[in-house]
Amino acid sequence: MRVLRPLTTAAGLLAVWEAGVRLAELPPYILPGPVAVAGALLARADLLARHAGITLAEILLGMLLGSLVGTASAVLLAAFAPLRRWLLPVLVVSQALPVFALAPLLVLWFGYGMASKVAMAVLIIYFPVTAAFFDGLRRTEPAWLELARVMNARPHRVLWLIRIPAALPALASGLRVAASVAPIGAVVGEWVGSSAGLGYLMLHANARMQIDLMFAALFLLALTGLALWYAVDRALRRLVFWQKETLSAG
Amino acid sequence: MAPSLTVGVPRLAFAGEVLFESFRFRLEGGRWTCLLGPSGVGKTTLLRLIAGLQPGALVATEDGRGLEGRLALMAQQDLLLPWLTVLDNVLLGHRLRGERRERRLVEEACRLLAELGLEGQLHALPATLSGGMRQRVALARTLLEGRPVVLMDEPFSALDAITRHRLQDLAARYLDHHTVLLVTHSPLEALRLGHRVCVMAGRPVQLREIEVPISPIPRDPADPLLLRLEAELLRELARSDAEMERRSCASSGR
Repeated sequence: MRVLRPLTTAAGLLAVWEAGVRLAELPPYILPGPVAVAGALLARADLLARHAGITLAEILLGMLLGSLVGTASAVLLAAFAPLRRWLLPVLVVSQALPVFALAPLLVLWFGYGMASKVAMAVLIIYFPVTAAFFDGLRRTEPAWLELARVMNARPHRVLWLIRIPAALPALASGLRVAASVAPIGAVVGEWVGSSAGLGYLMLHANARMQIDLMFAALFLLALTGLALWYAVDRALRRLVFWQKETLSAG
Repeated sequence: MAPSLTVGVPRLAFAGEVLFESFRFRLEGGRWTCLLGPSGVGKTTLLRLIAGLQPGALVATEDGRGLEGRLALMAQQDLLLPWLTVLDNVLLGHRLRGERRERRLVEEACRLLAELGLEGQLHALPATLSGGMRQRVALARTLLEGRPVVLMDEPFSALDAITRHRLQDLAARYLDHHTVLLVTHSPLEALRLGHRVCVMAGRPVQLREIEVPISPIPRDPADPLLLRLEAELLRELARSDAEMERRSCASSGR
């Protein structure tokens, strides 16, 4: 029933869409119906799969690098107070810069290929991951730290055995946000300048009035985003195994 | 040898209320001191002052060496780390100090946990344990530290009567010849385990020492002398409790 309800809603919306297109006799180069989109999805499956693969690779690489760099930054910031004083204000102010505005520069620096899109995804997820994890590292239960103090713990061991595990739920929320924005980074990168990927395909199809193909690419992009979010959520539940209820829905 | 220590608090105030003023308290080396008193009188604060978690106290040991590395504290909350198993929680101090995980140590931890009735839970996560079991794990963690000075804040409060009795015996055996300060709400527990029993009351805090039998601990709770002392203590505690109550009503009414 839990799966059935949203599926029914989706089917209903698709039916309304198809009926609307037919009744209003909209030309397919303005708004194709879902049947036409499905047709394009099947007919151009090879093409779509090739471009989807590239976008997926960009997203995954961006996710991986962004998470690694973000996690490492948060740990360094939490472990070294001088670093915190010098870097944290700059880091926060840097977020006033719209990352999308950097996309043309990234293409200029990293070229038309995958690198500029990966860089874009990294930039867009770096801050949510760093901020969430750093916040978690700063909010360790004080009583645990006092216990460690009475035990004459070494600082790096406290970090590794108490502060980092205690901050993992916070990191998990950061990574969930990352999973939902990483595809945006990759696609924006492709829009600004590229020769492959779903974002490129959408622009290309749009310019040629192949709106059904554009919708098919959009559908695949949404599917990729969902699959990524689901996979990350599953992995995080395993990582934070001691937490019965996590922040995610479900 | 477990040292005697003296704690002096010149003055300590919270939110304009003077908790301690010209306060002096001595813990006898190798003996158990039990501390009673109404909630909020400052028992936990005194423990934190001695442990160095709260600034404002001068702690002097008889042998002149500092307390660092010689003190274990069992707080009121069990403070188990939810991502570590029972065994790893018990070994936490050793892991935090980066000491080698020696077989002897692990065996001792397992033996201690078995004595506490937790042999089936060695690899369980704290979330799967009851409150009483968690408290026993915290006790094991405290005992395994092997520190000569041990401060315990209501260590047996979450246990049923039978288990409490058994664990009092066990703790008394493990911490024989240790300098122990035990905070408790139970007059009988204090009389059972304390070489000395003190009642904390008033603002600023005053300590009053209660006469206890000279017999070794743990004492037999069925001893008529102990039961008579318990009744007297209960009366005294009820009085200071009512006074705390009045005081807090008066201060909140201001």
